[in-house]
Amino acid sequence: MTVASDYTLAELCIVAASKAFADEGEVLATGIGVIPRLAASLAMKTTNPDLMMTDSEAWMLSEPNPIGKRGEDHMQANESWMGFSRIFDNVWSGKRHAMLGPTQIDKYGQTNTSALGGTYEAPKVMMLGARGFPGNSISHPNSFFVPSHNTRVFMDGECDFVSSIGYNPERLPKGHSLDDIDIRLIVTDLCVMDFGGPDHQIRLVSLHPGVTAEQVQENTAYAVHIEGDIPTTEAPTEEQLAIIAQMDPHNQRAYQIKDNPPGVRS
Amino acid sequence: MALVREILRSDLKDLTVVSYGGADVGMLCAAGKVKKVVFAFVSLDFIPLEPYFRQARQSGAIEVMEIDEGMMLLGLRAAAWGVPYIPTEVGLGTDIVTKNPDIKVIDSPYDDKEWVAMPALKLDASLIHADRADERGVCQIAGPDHYMDDWFARAADKTFVSCDELVATEYFHDPAQARLVHWERSQTTGVVPIAGGAHPTSCSPMYGFDVPHFKAYTGSAKEGGIQAYFDKYLGASEEEYQQNVGGLDAIRAIELPTY
Repeated sequence: MTVASDYTLAELCIVAASKAFADEGEVLATGIGVIPRLAASLAMKTTNPDLMMTDSEAWMLSEPNPIGKRGEDHMQANESWMGFSRIFDNVWSGKRHAMLGPTQIDKYGQTNTSALGGTYEAPKVMMLGARGFPGNSISHPNSFFVPSHNTRVFMDGECDFVSSIGYNPERLPKGHSLDDIDIRLIVTDLCVMDFGGPDHQIRLVSLHPGVTAEQVQENTAYAVHIEGDIPTTEAPTEEQLAIIAQMDPHNQRAYQIKDNPPGVRS
Repeated sequence: MALVREILRSDLKDLTVVSYGGADVGMLCAAGKVKKVVFAFVSLDFIPLEPYFRQARQSGAIEVMEIDEGMMLLGLRAAAWGVPYIPTEVGLGTDIVTKNPDIKVIDSPYDDKEWVAMPALKLDASLIHADRADERGVCQIAGPDHYMDDWFARAADKTFVSCDELVATEYFHDPAQARLVHWERSQTTGVVPIAGGAHPTSCSPMYGFDVPHFKAYTGSAKEGGIQAYFDKYLGASEEEYQQNVGGLDAIRAIELPTY
């Protein structure tokens, strides 16, 4: 394993995000978006070969598909049907880990994918909708990827619309415990975080090369638990970069973080 | 979509639309046909946000029942099975339950937890496009996913199906073809053959979705508005529509997407 000296921030984030899936065992990994999907693919091809993935349409694969247009001779490695309705049988059984990119993440880890500003009846900005976030968040572990870490995403107060359950005691359903909720990694363009601070507070886990803890706090509207010496996010290895390149032959990862900066920022 | 276009050409209005939503929802909203949308997302897939749905929401023009996409499946199943609700933990702790006063949280007779009682989504009519159907309503979805079409058919009092090909019943004597029939013909009220009727959405494996057309559609939301889009494409009939979008051969030549 040779540590790479030259890599992009997107590649650093893919490797950091792939750790979310490393110890999951035989679960369905769903990475929505290029970087989460590559993170899951990398984990499936290295740390966790038991991982399951779909072709993002209707089949479960025993080998992840490369992203984008594939050659005529490409034969995807189907192992079962996994159509839309069957996804829920899997989601609600808990055998899944999803990584998604919400528009807002509040201090409780609640997220918003639906409506911003104004009133709920006439929001200022209407987005996608709640999608599957309510079901995902109460059924299985979830991680987040945020390509631009700022105080609009990690915002003050509670999400304008709460699409997914988080560690908010006020909203805890009867008979449930906050420990039932399982938010794993939050990978951003600045750092890696989790909700492992006191009382499920968001916590800084590692800083990307050239980023300071102060920068993370400045770009997060609520207090981040920062304790001790924070390690630097591990650089990708040459082997990992080769797998990422194979899974992303059209280099779509270069368009996921603004201006495609290098992994080590000065 | 051909059936949706017939609604656009009609004087129907005040509709409550239940959909895993795409351009169907956007077009109906923009045309002023919609009173309420029951949805979990409204998206054009490769274009994430549906422009006319956004306009309708942001101007407060429509009522909504926003739910999780799995809750919608439960609502359709409850309607199909004739039960008033199906319990689930999906939605607990989120604004799905706070923004929908009609969705009740209940106690279980079997444990000490609370549960969401997802109400039945009983539909007056379902509109479906199938690959093939026979005259009695045996319908085939041959693409890799039939999505929730079977549950929409079962949840509705009446189900109307447009199909790319009308076939003789003998077609289904082949078990490999019959295997791709996902609901009983008793659930189908009527069938109308409209080749290319899914356009601009896809009817996999026959044809994919029309990317340039969707770009023109979303572009019209920025300039010209829905009337300009309708003037250019909708036509007085499906024949006119297909001429306006390049003809049936062009529709059937659209390649399938790669995900």
